[in-house]
Amino acid sequence: MMLDSPETEARETAAKEAAAKPARIALVGNPNCGKTAMFNALTGSQQKVANYPGVTVERKEGAFVTPQGRRVTVVDLPGTYSLRGRSPDEVVTRDVILGRAQSVERPDLLVCVADSTNLRLMLRLVLELSSVGIPMILVLNMWDIAEYRGIEIDIAGLSRELGIACIPASAVTHDGSLRLRGEIDRMLANLGTAGKPHWSEMSAGEVRDAHHAADSMVARYVSRAHGGRDWTDRIDRVLLHPVAGILILLAVLFLIFQAVFSWAVIPMDMISAAVDWLNASARSVLPESLLTSLLTDGIITGVGSVIVFLPQIVILFFFIILLEDFGYMARAAFLMDRIVGGAGLHGRSFIPLLSSFACAIPGVMATRVIENPLQRLATIMVAPLMTCSARIPVYTLIIAAFIPHAKVAGLFDLQGLVMFALYATGIISAFAVAFVFRKFVWRGESEPFIMELPGYKRPMLRSVAMGVLQRAIIFLRRAGTIILSMMILIWFLSTFPYAPEGATGPAINYSFAGMLGHALQPLLAPIGFNWQISVALIPGLAAREVAVGALATVYAIGGDAGGGALGAAIGAQWSLATALSLLTWYIFAPQCVSTLGVVKRETNSWRWPIVMFGYMLALAWLASFAVYQTAIVMGMG
Amino acid sequence: MPGSARSILSGTGLPELDSAVHSQTPIKLSDGRRGFCGVVVSVGRVANAQGNAPGSSAPGEGSAVHAGLAQDSASARDSELERRLLEIGFVEGAKVEILHEGFIGRDPIAVRVDSMRVALRKREAAAIMVQEIPSGNR
Repeated sequence: MMLDSPETEARETAAKEAAAKPARIALVGNPNCGKTAMFNALTGSQQKVANYPGVTVERKEGAFVTPQGRRVTVVDLPGTYSLRGRSPDEVVTRDVILGRAQSVERPDLLVCVADSTNLRLMLRLVLELSSVGIPMILVLNMWDIAEYRGIEIDIAGLSRELGIACIPASAVTHDGSLRLRGEIDRMLANLGTAGKPHWSEMSAGEVRDAHHAADSMVARYVSRAHGGRDWTDRIDRVLLHPVAGILILLAVLFLIFQAVFSWAVIPMDMISAAVDWLNASARSVLPESLLTSLLTDGIITGVGSVIVFLPQIVILFFFIILLEDFGYMARAAFLMDRIVGGAGLHGRSFIPLLSSFACAIPGVMATRVIENPLQRLATIMVAPLMTCSARIPVYTLIIAAFIPHAKVAGLFDLQGLVMFALYATGIISAFAVAFVFRKFVWRGESEPFIMELPGYKRPMLRSVAMGVLQRAIIFLRRAGTIILSMMILIWFLSTFPYAPEGATGPAINYSFAGMLGHALQPLLAPIGFNWQISVALIPGLAAREVAVGALATVYAIGGDAGGGALGAAIGAQWSLATALSLLTWYIFAPQCVSTLGVVKRETNSWRWPIVMFGYMLALAWLASFAVYQTAIVMGMG
Repeated sequence: MPGSARSILSGTGLPELDSAVHSQTPIKLSDGRRGFCGVVVSVGRVANAQGNAPGSSAPGEGSAVHAGLAQDSASARDSELERRLLEIGFVEGAKVEILHEGFIGRDPIAVRVDSMRVALRKREAAAIMVQEIPSGNR
């Protein structure tokens, strides 16, 4: 161990130097060991999420000050069972620890986080980590749960055998993280400089030996009372039941979507009222001018019509993060494995696909847990077919304008059912596309499906709230940057050039946007789009929800609608066939530049984003054509 | 490493299992049914990981046979699977219990491995040989 080094003097000098700049610690551990909860408890709100350069592995960094006043930066490394680095995630963990990462300095101290109720795999990893040359401490996390289950751990014995400090902790309690900070302080005070790593990839035989060493430690230092089965087994008996489990999963998904619609109504009404009020007061205070038009018609109306969907996004992410923290997402992957496996995907594809319901970008990024490159690519290619929340604005707008607020079978809301059908179509087509790709384009071995099913945990409100907050900030940042600039662009396009003197039609007919829309319209006429829709689709390429803002701008400037009555305007001007066609278009259309950008970065070539754009555009046009023509025949024109 | 599984078994602190273990023929974990309780005797040494009809390939006298097979057919893929199974806790001597089966083709399966639960497909489970612990010895 490093601490046994005889070069005390050199160590003291190094420690003095190190005291000047913040100490760097890294959290390492198996997946599901409560590492992120520990990270949140240590750093509180002082954290930022970014990416490692070159790869889209989420890099979580935070900072805190120890009781002794030492500033410490913390990196939360992706969870892993070994340092072999099979997936991009695990490679990051290995490279940071071995000092091979370009952007992150090698940490001064490794904080190994272990689940106290399941020590053996982490002990094995600790044995592997002892060859990397960085001082370590072992945090026995979830100590409270272990105590509750009657598990006793001889901390002194374990610490003596491993040669490192072991600290019981519980991320849930303030006390636990306080103690850990104190211990980190003590460690940093007499820290040696990190030695050269002499790690090399372990052979199967070495893994076995390390396992047996870990097992022997568990046998000697951990005693467990046989107090019957814990809650996880009882819950699993229901949630993993072959029939009940699937029904519950479907019910959970259905409930989430109903909640997204019914709970969000009040805050959404409040936001649109605020936007209308802002618009009205801006108009009454400011003189009639070009600038006022830009502010009200362009910025406030446009950005407001996107921000109004924040409540739905927050609710969706609330459920996803809540279920993840509870431990249900792994069960969902288990239940869905055979189904997604039938399409040539992987049980692990389920979580990226589910994240894509919120946004394809985190979905595509979450595919990095899939080690097999072909299965990862297949998952990436179909992720944007999952109905992301950016489609919700478009869907809600059209559904609210065209689908009556009726009850079906006295129980389900018809609008909710249509929404459910749109989601279902997205899912089915994703599976169909994945199946076709895997069958005809990328044939190959499928990757092993091996996944830990973590014990159920009561989700921590604080941790869920922080996750939701981060997603909301990402969405608002998008609204403040890309969407805002698109709104200004579309306002410009729809305002200039001015209509000629004595023009009869609405002014926008003579603008650039009008010209573009009219130019594209012949291509889109067979699928029932009028020129206003065609115009809105152009800025809608930046992000799907921008189309709603663009429509609002187009109709507001065209003088067809006032205030927030976009729904009424399109309800009066579009046929039902056009509405259905546009809904269908949005299931498939590749209307998101950011997604294509992320795919480019993830696959490291322009080939796949181009393939994605092409196949999605073709699907969108063909499907919309089929729906529009069928609807016309059925008399909905 | 001929005979390694046996020698490891006797060193796992589970001496009470030894007599029970030797009375049964090892089977693939993928052939076990819900409620099966056993102990891992070898990992990643089955040449034919595809076939999993019960009893179709009962492996003779234990680990020495598997070791021999492994030397002939060891590929990078098999060794990758072996290490992944080891890393998640399927190591010789580990106690396993099949907790749940998927609703289509009883696949995948959820297995308790010592103190944790792992989900895996039968294809992967076929690479793990287990020996049943008779219910009296559990």
